[in-house]
Amino acid sequence: MKDFGFTVIKQRTIDYDQFDGRLLNYILEMEPSFKVCLSCGGCTATCSAGDLVSFNIRRLNLMLRRGETVELESEIKKCMLCGKCQLVCPRGINLRNVIMLIKKSVAKHQTVNS
Amino acid sequence: METASTLTDAGHWVTVIEKEAQVGGKLNNWSYLFPDFTPVEKIKESLREKCEKKDFTILRETEIQSVNRKNDKFDIDTSSGQKLEADAVVVATGYELFDARRKEEYGYKIYDHVITSADLEKLLLPNGDFTVAAGAHPKRIAFVHCVGSRDEKSGNQYCSKVCCITGVKQAIELKKRLPEAEIYCFYMDLRMYGKHFEELYREAQEKYDIQFIRGRLSEASEKIDKSLLIKAEDTLSGRPLKMNVDLLVLLVGMEAGKGTASAATTCGIECESSGFLKTADSFLKSNFSAQEGIFLAGSCTAPMSVNDTILHARSAAIEVDNWLKQTN
Repeated sequence: MKDFGFTVIKQRTIDYDQFDGRLLNYILEMEPSFKVCLSCGGCTATCSAGDLVSFNIRRLNLMLRRGETVELESEIKKCMLCGKCQLVCPRGINLRNVIMLIKKSVAKHQTVNS
Repeated sequence: METASTLTDAGHWVTVIEKEAQVGGKLNNWSYLFPDFTPVEKIKESLREKCEKKDFTILRETEIQSVNRKNDKFDIDTSSGQKLEADAVVVATGYELFDARRKEEYGYKIYDHVITSADLEKLLLPNGDFTVAAGAHPKRIAFVHCVGSRDEKSGNQYCSKVCCITGVKQAIELKKRLPEAEIYCFYMDLRMYGKHFEELYREAQEKYDIQFIRGRLSEASEKIDKSLLIKAEDTLSGRPLKMNVDLLVLLVGMEAGKGTASAATTCGIECESSGFLKTADSFLKSNFSAQEGIFLAGSCTAPMSVNDTILHARSAAIEVDNWLKQTN
Protein backbone atom coordinates (compact mmCIF):
# COMPACT_ATOMS: atom_id res chain seq x y z
CA MET A 1 0.00 0.00 0.00
CA LYS A 2 1.19 3.48 -0.73
CA ASP A 3 2.67 5.19 2.26
CA PHE A 4 0.96 8.52 2.76
CA GLY A 5 3.05 9.34 5.80
CA PHE A 6 0.14 8.89 8.20
CA THR A 7 0.17 6.55 11.13
CA VAL A 8 -2.81 5.03 12.84
CA ILE A 9 -2.66 5.95 16.47
CA LYS A 10 -4.03 3.42 18.93
CA GLN A 11 -6.83 4.90 20.98
CA ARG A 12 -5.74 5.96 24.44
CA THR A 13 -9.22 5.74 25.91
CA ILE A 14 -9.95 2.76 28.11
CA ASP A 15 -12.77 1.18 26.14
CA TYR A 16 -14.73 -0.60 28.83
CA ASP A 17 -17.12 -2.09 26.30
CA GLN A 18 -14.23 -4.09 24.88
CA PHE A 19 -13.15 -5.26 28.31
CA ASP A 20 -12.35 -8.94 28.55
CA GLY A 21 -12.40 -9.99 32.18
CA ARG A 22 -11.69 -13.68 31.78
CA LEU A 23 -8.17 -13.58 33.18
CA LEU A 24 -9.20 -11.21 35.99
CA ASN A 25 -12.16 -13.38 36.95
CA TYR A 26 -10.04 -16.52 36.97
CA ILE A 27 -7.53 -14.90 39.30
CA LEU A 28 -10.19 -13.46 41.60
CA GLU A 29 -11.82 -16.85 41.81
CA MET A 30 -8.58 -18.62 42.65
CA GLU A 31 -7.26 -15.86 44.93
CA PRO A 32 -10.19 -13.83 46.30
CA SER A 33 -7.89 -11.72 48.49
CA PHE A 34 -6.86 -9.91 45.29
CA LYS A 35 -10.27 -8.18 45.27
CA VAL A 36 -9.49 -5.95 48.21
CA CYS A 37 -6.46 -4.00 46.96
CA LEU A 38 -6.40 -0.39 48.25
CA SER A 39 -3.74 0.72 45.76
CA CYS A 40 -1.64 1.99 48.65
CA GLY A 41 1.60 0.98 46.95
CA GLY A 42 3.23 -0.55 50.03
CA CYS A 43 4.03 -3.60 47.89
CA THR A 44 5.79 -1.57 45.21
CA ALA A 45 7.67 0.45 47.82
CA THR A 46 9.28 -2.61 49.32
CA CYS A 47 9.61 -4.64 46.08
CA SER A 48 13.11 -6.05 45.56
CA ALA A 49 12.70 -5.95 41.79
CA GLY A 50 11.05 -2.53 41.61
CA ASP A 51 14.21 -0.77 42.80
CA LEU A 52 16.14 -2.04 39.81
CA VAL A 53 13.72 -2.43 36.93
CA SER A 54 10.43 -0.85 36.00
CA PHE A 55 8.26 -3.38 37.77
CA ASN A 56 5.20 -2.14 39.61
CA ILE A 57 3.41 -4.99 41.31
CA ARG A 58 0.56 -2.74 42.43
CA ARG A 59 -0.23 -1.98 38.80
CA LEU A 60 -0.87 -5.67 38.02
CA ASN A 61 -4.27 -5.27 39.62
CA LEU A 62 -5.08 -2.22 37.53
CA MET A 63 -3.75 -3.83 34.35
CA LEU A 64 -6.04 -6.80 34.86
CA ARG A 65 -9.01 -4.59 35.66
CA ARG A 66 -8.43 -2.43 32.59
CA GLY A 67 -7.84 -5.35 30.27
CA GLU A 68 -4.17 -4.51 29.66
CA THR A 69 -3.19 -8.15 29.57
CA VAL A 70 -0.67 -8.01 26.73
CA GLU A 71 2.18 -6.71 28.87
CA LEU A 72 1.36 -8.93 31.84
CA GLU A 73 3.37 -11.91 30.71
CA SER A 74 6.59 -9.98 30.39
CA GLU A 75 5.88 -7.93 33.53
CA ILE A 76 5.54 -10.85 35.91
CA LYS A 77 8.87 -12.29 34.73
CA LYS A 78 10.49 -9.46 36.69
CA CYS A 79 9.10 -10.75 40.00
CA MET A 80 11.56 -12.71 42.13
CA LEU A 81 8.82 -14.14 44.38
CA CYS A 82 10.59 -12.86 47.50
CA GLY A 83 7.23 -12.16 49.16
CA LYS A 84 8.13 -8.84 50.83
CA CYS A 85 5.03 -7.31 49.23
CA GLN A 86 2.88 -9.75 51.18
CA LEU A 87 4.55 -8.81 54.45
CA VAL A 88 3.62 -5.15 54.13
CA CYS A 89 0.20 -5.49 52.47
CA PRO A 90 -2.42 -3.89 54.77
CA ARG A 91 -5.12 -6.03 53.21
CA GLY A 92 -3.27 -9.33 53.46
CA ILE A 93 -3.29 -10.11 49.74
CA ASN A 94 -1.44 -13.25 48.69
CA LEU A 95 0.48 -11.59 45.88
CA ARG A 96 2.83 -14.49 45.31
CA ASN A 97 -0.11 -16.67 44.45
CA VAL A 98 -1.41 -13.95 42.13
CA ILE A 99 1.90 -13.95 40.24
CA MET A 100 1.85 -17.75 40.01
CA LEU A 101 -1.75 -17.72 38.77
CA ILE A 102 -0.98 -15.13 36.12
CA LYS A 103 2.03 -17.18 35.06
CA LYS A 104 -0.03 -20.32 34.76
CA SER A 105 -2.96 -18.84 32.95
CA VAL A 106 -1.85 -15.90 30.88
CA ALA A 107 -1.29 -17.99 27.78
CA LYS A 108 -4.59 -19.77 28.21
CA HIS A 109 -6.56 -16.55 28.54
CA GLN A 110 -5.07 -14.44 25.78
CA THR A 111 -7.72 -11.81 25.25
CA VAL A 112 -9.45 -10.58 22.16
CA ASN A 113 -7.56 -7.32 22.52
CA SER A 114 -4.19 -8.98 22.48
CA MET B 1 -18.69 13.69 82.05
CA GLU B 2 -20.97 15.24 79.50
CA THR B 3 -23.58 12.52 80.01
CA ALA B 4 -23.32 12.83 83.78
CA SER B 5 -23.65 16.58 83.67
CA THR B 6 -26.66 16.51 81.31
CA LEU B 7 -28.37 13.82 83.39
CA THR B 8 -27.77 15.82 86.55
CA ASP B 9 -29.39 18.83 84.87
CA ALA B 10 -32.38 16.61 84.12
CA GLY B 11 -32.72 15.88 87.82
CA HIS B 12 -31.10 12.46 88.16
CA TRP B 13 -28.57 11.29 90.72
CA VAL B 14 -25.40 10.32 88.91
CA THR B 15 -22.20 8.58 90.00
CA VAL B 16 -19.20 8.54 87.64
CA ILE B 17 -16.80 5.65 88.06
CA GLU B 18 -13.45 6.82 86.66
CA LYS B 19 -10.51 4.45 86.21
CA GLU B 20 -7.92 7.23 86.13
CA ALA B 21 -6.98 9.78 88.79
CA GLN B 22 -8.19 12.63 86.61
CA VAL B 23 -11.30 12.87 84.48
CA GLY B 24 -11.28 13.82 80.80
CA GLY B 25 -9.85 10.60 79.45
CA LYS B 26 -7.82 10.93 76.27
CA LEU B 27 -8.49 14.67 76.14
CA ASN B 28 -5.54 14.85 78.49
CA ASN B 29 -3.30 13.65 75.64
CA TRP B 30 -4.00 16.55 73.31
CA SER B 31 -3.02 20.20 73.28
CA TYR B 32 -5.05 21.74 70.46
CA LEU B 33 -8.09 20.34 68.68
CA PHE B 34 -8.87 20.18 64.97
CA PRO B 35 -10.11 21.83 62.87
CA ASP B 36 -9.78 25.25 64.50
CA PHE B 37 -6.89 24.76 66.96
CA THR B 38 -9.13 25.17 70.01
CA PRO B 39 -6.90 24.76 73.06
CA VAL B 40 -7.96 21.54 74.76
CA GLU B 41 -7.74 23.37 78.07
CA LYS B 42 -10.90 25.22 77.11
CA ILE B 43 -12.88 21.98 76.86
CA LYS B 44 -11.27 20.57 79.98
CA GLU B 45 -12.02 23.74 81.86
CA SER B 46 -15.69 23.43 80.99
CA LEU B 47 -15.64 19.79 82.12
CA ARG B 48 -13.93 20.76 85.36
CA GLU B 49 -16.52 23.45 86.02
CA LYS B 50 -19.30 20.95 85.45
CA CYS B 51 -17.65 18.53 87.88
CA GLU B 52 -17.23 21.15 90.56
CA LYS B 53 -20.52 22.95 90.30
CA LYS B 54 -22.86 20.11 89.79
CA ASP B 55 -24.12 17.68 92.24
CA PHE B 56 -22.76 14.37 91.07
CA THR B 57 -20.23 12.02 92.56
CA ILE B 58 -16.97 11.00 90.90
CA LEU B 59 -15.21 7.91 92.17
CA ARG B 60 -11.64 8.29 90.91
CA GLU B 61 -9.13 5.49 90.44
CA THR B 62 -12.00 3.09 90.68
CA GLU B 63 -13.05 0.28 88.39
CA ILE B 64 -16.21 -1.74 88.09
CA GLN B 65 -15.97 -5.21 89.49
CA SER B 66 -19.43 -6.51 88.73
CA VAL B 67 -22.79 -5.37 87.46
CA ASN B 68 -25.76 -7.53 88.37
CA ARG B 69 -29.34 -7.00 87.45
CA LYS B 70 -31.68 -7.34 90.41
CA ASN B 71 -35.34 -6.85 89.59
CA ASP B 72 -35.39 -3.47 87.86
CA LYS B 73 -32.13 -2.26 89.36
CA PHE B 74 -28.42 -2.84 88.85
CA ASP B 75 -26.15 -3.80 91.73
CA ILE B 76 -22.66 -2.52 91.09
CA ASP B 77 -19.51 -3.50 92.99
CA THR B 78 -16.42 -1.35 92.56
CA SER B 79 -12.74 -2.18 92.98
CA SER B 80 -12.60 -0.01 96.09
CA GLY B 81 -15.35 -1.97 97.77
CA GLN B 82 -18.31 0.36 97.31
CA LYS B 83 -21.70 -1.09 96.53
CA LEU B 84 -23.97 1.01 94.37
CA GLU B 85 -27.51 0.61 93.20
CA ALA B 86 -28.54 2.10 89.88
CA ASP B 87 -31.61 2.31 87.65
CA ALA B 88 -29.51 2.64 84.52
CA VAL B 89 -25.88 2.18 83.51
CA VAL B 90 -23.98 4.19 80.90
CA VAL B 91 -20.79 2.64 79.52
CA ALA B 92 -18.35 5.36 78.47
CA THR B 93 -15.01 3.59 78.48
CA GLY B 94 -13.56 5.46 75.49
CA TYR B 95 -10.69 4.16 73.39
CA GLU B 96 -6.98 3.40 73.51
CA LEU B 97 -4.37 4.72 71.13
CA PHE B 98 -2.81 2.13 68.84
CA ASP B 99 0.55 1.03 70.24
CA ALA B 100 2.90 2.04 67.40
CA ARG B 101 5.52 -0.48 68.53
CA ARG B 102 3.32 -3.12 66.95
CA LYS B 103 4.13 -1.58 63.56
CA GLU B 104 7.76 -2.55 63.96
CA GLU B 105 8.76 -1.65 60.40
CA TYR B 106 8.26 2.03 61.24
CA GLY B 107 10.71 1.81 64.13
CA TYR B 108 8.79 3.46 66.96
CA LYS B 109 10.83 3.13 70.19
CA ILE B 110 13.60 1.57 68.08
CA TYR B 111 14.80 4.67 66.22
CA ASP B 112 15.31 7.96 68.04
CA HIS B 113 13.31 10.30 65.85
CA VAL B 114 10.16 8.34 65.22
CA ILE B 115 7.30 9.73 67.31
CA THR B 116 3.52 9.34 67.39
CA SER B 117 0.89 12.01 66.91
CA ALA B 118 0.25 11.87 70.67
CA ASP B 119 3.96 12.51 71.38
CA LEU B 120 3.96 15.39 68.92
CA GLU B 121 0.88 16.90 70.52
CA LYS B 122 2.83 17.38 73.76
CA LEU B 123 5.67 19.04 71.85
CA LEU B 124 3.22 21.48 70.31
CA LEU B 125 2.69 23.15 73.67
CA PRO B 126 4.52 26.50 73.89
CA ASN B 127 7.52 25.01 75.72
CA GLY B 128 7.88 22.02 73.38
CA ASP B 129 11.38 21.29 72.12
CA PHE B 130 11.79 19.94 68.60
CA THR B 131 15.54 19.50 68.66
CA VAL B 132 16.47 16.28 66.90
CA ALA B 133 20.26 16.18 66.65
CA ALA B 134 23.08 18.32 68.03
CA GLY B 135 20.81 21.25 68.71
CA ALA B 136 19.32 21.28 65.22
CA HIS B 137 15.68 21.49 64.33
CA PRO B 138 14.31 18.94 61.87
CA LYS B 139 14.58 20.20 58.30
CA ARG B 140 12.36 17.61 56.77
CA ILE B 141 9.46 15.94 58.52
CA ALA B 142 7.14 13.20 57.28
CA PHE B 143 3.74 12.20 58.63
CA VAL B 144 2.48 8.66 58.11
CA HIS B 145 -1.29 8.32 57.95
CA CYS B 146 -3.25 5.17 58.89
CA VAL B 147 -0.80 3.71 61.42
CA GLY B 148 -2.76 0.91 63.05
CA SER B 149 -5.88 1.70 61.02
CA ARG B 150 -7.10 0.16 57.78
CA ASP B 151 -4.42 -2.45 58.32
CA GLU B 152 -4.99 -6.17 58.54
CA LYS B 153 -1.46 -6.65 59.84
CA SER B 154 -2.33 -4.57 62.90
CA GLY B 155 -5.63 -6.41 63.23
CA ASN B 156 -7.65 -3.25 62.59
CA GLN B 157 -9.73 -3.17 59.45
CA TYR B 158 -11.55 0.03 60.25
CA CYS B 159 -10.69 3.67 59.61
CA SER B 160 -9.98 5.62 62.80
CA LYS B 161 -11.59 8.65 61.27
CA VAL B 162 -9.65 11.38 63.07
CA CYS B 163 -6.04 10.81 61.94
CA CYS B 164 -6.37 12.41 58.48
CA ILE B 165 -7.40 15.74 59.90
CA THR B 166 -5.07 15.39 62.91
CA GLY B 167 -2.19 15.01 60.44
CA VAL B 168 -3.21 18.13 58.56
CA LYS B 169 -3.65 20.07 61.80
CA GLN B 170 -0.32 18.98 63.24
CA ALA B 171 1.50 19.59 59.95
CA ILE B 172 0.26 23.18 59.97
CA GLU B 173 1.22 23.66 63.62
CA LEU B 174 4.68 22.26 62.96
CA LYS B 175 5.15 24.52 59.96
CA LYS B 176 4.15 27.53 62.07
CA ARG B 177 6.78 26.58 64.62
CA LEU B 178 9.43 25.54 62.11
CA PRO B 179 8.86 27.67 59.00
CA GLU B 180 12.06 26.42 57.37
CA ALA B 181 11.02 22.78 57.55
CA GLU B 182 9.67 20.78 54.62
CA ILE B 183 6.67 18.73 55.62
CA TYR B 184 5.26 15.72 53.78
CA CYS B 185 2.14 13.64 54.50
CA PHE B 186 2.06 10.07 53.22
CA TYR B 187 -1.56 9.03 52.83
CA MET B 188 -3.72 6.35 51.21
CA ASP B 189 -6.89 8.44 51.11
CA LEU B 190 -7.56 11.78 52.76
CA ARG B 191 -10.94 11.65 54.43
CA MET B 192 -11.89 15.24 55.14
CA TYR B 193 -15.44 14.42 56.18
CA GLY B 194 -16.13 17.07 58.78
CA LYS B 195 -17.04 20.71 58.91
CA HIS B 196 -14.00 22.87 57.99
CA PHE B 197 -11.81 19.80 57.40
CA GLU B 198 -11.49 20.24 53.63
CA GLU B 199 -10.82 23.94 54.14
CA LEU B 200 -8.00 23.14 56.54
CA TYR B 201 -6.53 20.70 54.01
CA ARG B 202 -6.62 23.42 51.37
CA GLU B 203 -5.02 25.86 53.77
CA ALA B 204 -2.25 23.36 54.46
CA GLN B 205 -1.45 23.29 50.75
CA GLU B 206 -2.01 26.95 50.02
CA LYS B 207 -0.56 28.73 53.01
CA TYR B 208 1.81 26.23 54.56
CA ASP B 209 3.23 24.32 51.58
CA ILE B 210 2.52 20.96 53.16
CA GLN B 211 3.08 18.30 50.51
CA PHE B 212 0.88 15.27 50.17
CA ILE B 213 2.21 12.05 48.67
CA ARG B 214 -0.18 9.22 47.94
CA GLY B 215 1.44 6.04 49.12
CA ARG B 216 1.70 3.91 52.21
CA LEU B 217 5.11 3.68 53.84
CA SER B 218 6.54 0.18 53.62
CA GLU B 219 9.37 0.78 56.09
CA ALA B 220 11.70 3.23 57.77
CA SER B 221 15.36 2.68 58.61
CA GLU B 222 17.71 4.75 60.70
CA LYS B 223 20.93 6.10 59.27
CA ILE B 224 24.15 6.64 61.18
CA ASP B 225 23.33 10.34 61.68
CA LYS B 226 19.99 9.30 63.21
CA SER B 227 18.02 10.60 60.25
CA LEU B 228 15.52 8.21 58.75
CA LEU B 229 15.27 6.72 55.31
CA ILE B 230 11.67 6.03 54.42
CA LYS B 231 10.29 4.04 51.51
CA ALA B 232 6.91 4.30 49.85
CA GLU B 233 5.48 4.16 46.40
CA ASP B 234 4.46 7.46 44.94
CA THR B 235 1.37 5.76 43.57
CA LEU B 236 0.31 8.74 41.47
CA SER B 237 3.53 8.66 39.49
CA GLY B 238 3.72 4.88 39.81
CA ARG B 239 7.31 4.75 41.00
CA PRO B 240 9.00 3.73 44.23
CA LEU B 241 10.13 6.69 46.27
CA LYS B 242 12.72 7.07 49.01
CA MET B 243 13.24 10.07 51.19
CA ASN B 244 15.51 11.07 54.02
CA VAL B 245 13.74 12.78 56.92
CA ASP B 246 14.82 14.13 60.30
CA LEU B 247 11.58 13.36 62.07
CA LEU B 248 8.87 10.82 61.37
CA VAL B 249 5.42 11.26 62.90
CA LEU B 250 3.11 8.25 63.04
CA LEU B 251 -0.59 9.15 63.07
CA VAL B 252 -1.79 6.42 65.40
CA GLY B 253 -5.36 5.20 65.23
CA MET B 254 -7.92 4.28 67.84
CA GLU B 255 -8.56 0.88 69.38
CA ALA B 256 -11.33 -0.21 71.69
CA GLY B 257 -8.85 -1.15 74.38
CA LYS B 258 -8.93 -3.35 77.44
CA GLY B 259 -11.23 -1.09 79.45
CA THR B 260 -14.01 -1.46 76.92
CA ALA B 261 -13.48 -5.22 76.59
CA SER B 262 -13.73 -5.74 80.34
CA ALA B 263 -16.74 -3.41 80.60
CA ALA B 264 -18.42 -5.54 77.94
CA THR B 265 -17.77 -8.70 79.93
CA THR B 266 -18.86 -7.15 83.22
CA CYS B 267 -22.07 -5.71 81.79
CA GLY B 268 -22.81 -8.68 79.56
CA ILE B 269 -22.91 -6.63 76.37
CA GLU B 270 -21.54 -7.46 72.96
CA CYS B 271 -18.48 -6.19 71.09
CA GLU B 272 -18.16 -6.01 67.33
CA SER B 273 -15.26 -7.73 65.56
CA SER B 274 -13.42 -4.39 65.73
CA GLY B 275 -13.59 -4.57 69.53
CA PHE B 276 -15.86 -1.53 69.81
CA LEU B 277 -19.21 -2.01 71.54
CA LYS B 278 -22.17 -3.08 69.49
CA THR B 279 -25.07 -0.64 69.43
CA ALA B 280 -28.67 -1.87 69.23
CA ASP B 281 -29.15 -0.01 65.95
CA SER B 282 -26.69 2.18 64.08
CA PHE B 283 -29.21 4.85 63.14
CA LEU B 284 -31.87 5.14 65.79
CA LYS B 285 -30.40 3.38 68.80
CA SER B 286 -26.73 4.27 68.74
CA ASN B 287 -26.79 4.84 72.52
CA PHE B 288 -28.48 1.52 73.33
CA SER B 289 -26.81 -1.80 74.00
CA ALA B 290 -28.73 -5.02 73.53
CA GLN B 291 -29.24 -5.10 77.31
CA GLU B 292 -32.20 -3.20 78.64
CA GLY B 293 -31.02 -0.35 80.88
CA ILE B 294 -27.39 -0.40 79.76
CA PHE B 295 -26.52 2.57 77.55
CA LEU B 296 -23.44 3.45 75.53
CA ALA B 297 -21.77 6.82 75.12
CA GLY B 298 -18.85 8.01 73.00
CA SER B 299 -15.83 6.37 71.46
CA CYS B 300 -16.35 3.01 73.14
CA THR B 301 -18.80 2.39 70.27
CA ALA B 302 -16.61 3.58 67.37
CA PRO B 303 -13.69 5.91 66.63
CA MET B 304 -14.99 9.41 67.19
CA SER B 305 -13.74 12.98 67.25
CA VAL B 306 -14.04 15.10 70.38
CA ASN B 307 -17.07 17.01 69.12
CA ASP B 308 -18.83 13.81 67.97
CA THR B 309 -18.11 12.28 71.37
CA ILE B 310 -19.65 15.22 73.17
CA LEU B 311 -22.76 14.99 70.98
CA HIS B 312 -23.03 11.23 71.45
CA ALA B 313 -22.63 11.67 75.21
CA ARG B 314 -25.43 14.22 75.35
CA SER B 315 -27.73 12.06 73.27
CA ALA B 316 -26.99 9.17 75.66
CA ALA B 317 -28.20 11.36 78.51
CA ILE B 318 -31.44 12.11 76.68
CA GLU B 319 -32.03 8.42 75.96
CA VAL B 320 -31.40 7.50 79.60
CA ASP B 321 -33.73 10.26 80.77
CA ASN B 322 -36.51 9.14 78.42
CA TRP B 323 -36.05 5.53 79.34
CA LEU B 324 -36.18 6.27 83.08
CA LYS B 325 -39.34 8.30 82.61
CA GLN B 326 -40.95 5.46 80.71
CA THR B 327 -39.94 2.66 83.07
CA ASN B 328 -40.35 4.30 86.45
